[in-house]
Amino acid sequence: MSSNLNSQHRLERCFHCGQDVPNGTHFVANIKGTAQSMCCPGCKAVAETIISSGLEHYYKYRQGDSAIVPELSGTELPSTVQDELKLYDNPSIQQAFVVTLEDNSKEATLVIEGITCAACVWLLEHHLVKQTGVDQASVNLTNHRARIRWNDNKTSLSSIMAAIYHIGYQGHPYHPDKEEQLLTLEKKRAFRRLGVAGLGMMQVMMMSIALYAGALQGIEDKFETFIRWTSLIIATPVLLYSARPFFTAAIRDIKSRHLSMDVPVSIAVGSAYLASAWATITQSGEVYFDSVTMFTFFLLIGRYLEMQARHRTGRAGNALLNLIPASAIKIKDAQEVLIPATELAINDIVLVKPGHTIPADGIIITGYSSVDESALTGEYRPINKTVDDLVVGGTINVESPLRLKITEVGADTKLSAIVRLLDRAQEEKPAVAKIADSVASYFVAAVLITATVVSVTWWQIDPGNAFWITLSVLVVTCPCALSLATPTALTAATGTLRQHGLLITRGHVLESLATATHIIFDKTGTLTEGNLSLNDTQACGSHDIQSVLEIAAALEAHSEHPIAKAFRKYQVRTAETMHSELGQGLEGTIGTDVYRIGKPQFASALCQQHLTHDNAPNLDGQWLLLCSTKEPLAWFCLNDQIRKGTHQTLSILRRLGLEIQMLTGDNSGAVQEVARELSIDKVIANTSPEDKLAYIQQLQNQGAKVVMIGDGINDIPVLAGAQTSIAMGSATDLAKTNADAVLISSDIIRLTDSILLSRKTQSIIQQNLTWALLYNLIALPLAAMGFIAPYMAAIGMSVSSLIVVGNALRLTKLVRRNPVK
Amino acid sequence: MEILFVLIPIAIILLGFAIWAFFWSVNTGQYDDLDSPAHSILFDDDDDLIPDDAKQEKVTTTRD
Repeated sequence: MSSNLNSQHRLERCFHCGQDVPNGTHFVANIKGTAQSMCCPGCKAVAETIISSGLEHYYKYRQGDSAIVPELSGTELPSTVQDELKLYDNPSIQQAFVVTLEDNSKEATLVIEGITCAACVWLLEHHLVKQTGVDQASVNLTNHRARIRWNDNKTSLSSIMAAIYHIGYQGHPYHPDKEEQLLTLEKKRAFRRLGVAGLGMMQVMMMSIALYAGALQGIEDKFETFIRWTSLIIATPVLLYSARPFFTAAIRDIKSRHLSMDVPVSIAVGSAYLASAWATITQSGEVYFDSVTMFTFFLLIGRYLEMQARHRTGRAGNALLNLIPASAIKIKDAQEVLIPATELAINDIVLVKPGHTIPADGIIITGYSSVDESALTGEYRPINKTVDDLVVGGTINVESPLRLKITEVGADTKLSAIVRLLDRAQEEKPAVAKIADSVASYFVAAVLITATVVSVTWWQIDPGNAFWITLSVLVVTCPCALSLATPTALTAATGTLRQHGLLITRGHVLESLATATHIIFDKTGTLTEGNLSLNDTQACGSHDIQSVLEIAAALEAHSEHPIAKAFRKYQVRTAETMHSELGQGLEGTIGTDVYRIGKPQFASALCQQHLTHDNAPNLDGQWLLLCSTKEPLAWFCLNDQIRKGTHQTLSILRRLGLEIQMLTGDNSGAVQEVARELSIDKVIANTSPEDKLAYIQQLQNQGAKVVMIGDGINDIPVLAGAQTSIAMGSATDLAKTNADAVLISSDIIRLTDSILLSRKTQSIIQQNLTWALLYNLIALPLAAMGFIAPYMAAIGMSVSSLIVVGNALRLTKLVRRNPVK
Repeated sequence: MEILFVLIPIAIILLGFAIWAFFWSVNTGQYDDLDSPAHSILFDDDDDLIPDDAKQEKVTTTRD
């Protein structure tokens, strides 16, 4: 009965977003005289907006097809989005994030979603500046923030934000909390310290070369003294300003009776500086200002990179707070008043319209609706809520208006609790330096004992030289290479993986990924996409696939149901007199014709036929029927699809010797289907979160090293319990904060890269540690016997450090994964 | 070589100036975005700055 009209196999890709163009559609945009195919009207509208603003260079500059599929379609924004944007023109809402400057100009910072490369930045900046009334727009590629200045007489913030929507991005107001501001300050301070140390190091090194040359071929005393004094002047700010964090950390560690790497670093830097200063003043002995400044600079670089890795997770926290709407409709004396969400108080009554975000935790007093809690739980199907049910701030009301009584506001809401959890995760010092720290305790003890023995021995032999030889022992054994060995390797590998889509938030990940034996996947949202997408369209009779898609999209345009999202990108028309039957489907008028979409029984009743699921083209997936008053028009199959690249990933992981299992709470036939398709033998279905945790713990007790990959709230216990846990980028924030790493791009193939690179990292750390220890073992006896001149110590130290850093830099490239046949 | 007694202090003064300039640039946010300026130099969006008679025949824009 149904036939696929356009059965020709096109493997065309959308010019704008790079996704496959669905069979049977022909959306075309005219790009500089060439007709380019588009996958949906959304991409078409965005591409046309870009071209008509004369910004077609965007397509030339961008890297890859990673541009996201626009959520919206058509040149007109849906009314719900328009209403929402209008709220941002309200002065009481603006006061949180907009600064008013002189002559009516205003400035705001927005966080932009959807930025993938420098071409996006270029496109946004140029598009925004072309809007009337916009004076200045600069977009930061690193933190995805846009600073926009506009004239409030000529334009409004809502129209600027609409302009951002039109080219396929989304803007949200950015208001940094205190912690965020502190982080920025800390970062700037660290960078200034690094700069002072770098400049100081270069100058001191220049002076030192004169001194080295003087030591070899003779130098007049007055010049030597003068050069020493200038070195002292330059090295002083480096020690007092740049090296300060080491001293404060060392004092803290000594107070808490715990020897960390900061202690030998401080002893080496501090004693070398003091001895050199003494040598300069008394015009005796040797100076080590070059070693002091260089060591400080090298270590600060390592610290700075490590800090940057830690701060990256800060962005996730900001994104989370964006969930809370900036405004709420409060019912006051039977009047609806729009107020900023921050002014809500407990026991206030608020109205939440369909499609709006719930402003704070509350209890429903009137109304019946379904609520999309995916932000909190990852479950994409809305949950039905009725009077006396609790709803959580940040989740979205889907179907009909609700009145709530607020029960928790501000810091007491569930969402804020999640944010606090994230804060705790950030405070936790990354375990990056821990391996080196445990080595450090022994090392410090060994160095201090050796130095004591050396000074006592030399005191017996030659009291005049004892001090200088002891000092050279301390400087030579200065644990520069040793303290750089692990952090540089981990920093390089972490940075490389972040660039390729895996964000590591805890230090042990690289180590435990390298030794993993089992990889366990969750199903929904991990191996599969975790949302319904349109899998197949079968037009009935002689109908054109594109036209039936447009009718379906027009009907679904008014719905907030997840099913509607699958159709959203095809929307070009709108339907009227909409009517929805809860759990059945939708009915609406387009032009003069009445249509129904939904369950087969419901839809076919319109044309006096009786069709059921058994009449669908096949029995896999969820089929929807579209009917007019005359006849059935088309079947649509909606399904949760397997993620792209999963097949390849699993076969590479198997070849790497890892055992793959699937652990899911799902109990439907889909479990076996997914397992069969991906040929996973070991499947544990129908498990509760406790079962999942118990299963993993049992595996781990048997000696397995487990990597767990999941996304939902139900995965959180197991993510916390597994030795290594990775959350998908689309996962709930709570899952992300509990995981040790996040696959930002949700590109599952990156897992294999991570495993390969973590194995390489382990071998490089071992090489580095071996080298550093070997260097110290050779240098120590030589220094103890008094054979090492200061310039030799400096050269030896820098060469050994450079070898360690150079070796670690080999990790900035991914290990090649061999293609699978 | 007595000139060193003049040149080295001058070098230190210049160093002080360099540190001041560095602090100024960090504090005014010059280092906030280190990624996009590196790419923006490659975007030839200066069509309107090129005189018409100097323009070359342009190849139709295609991807990649």
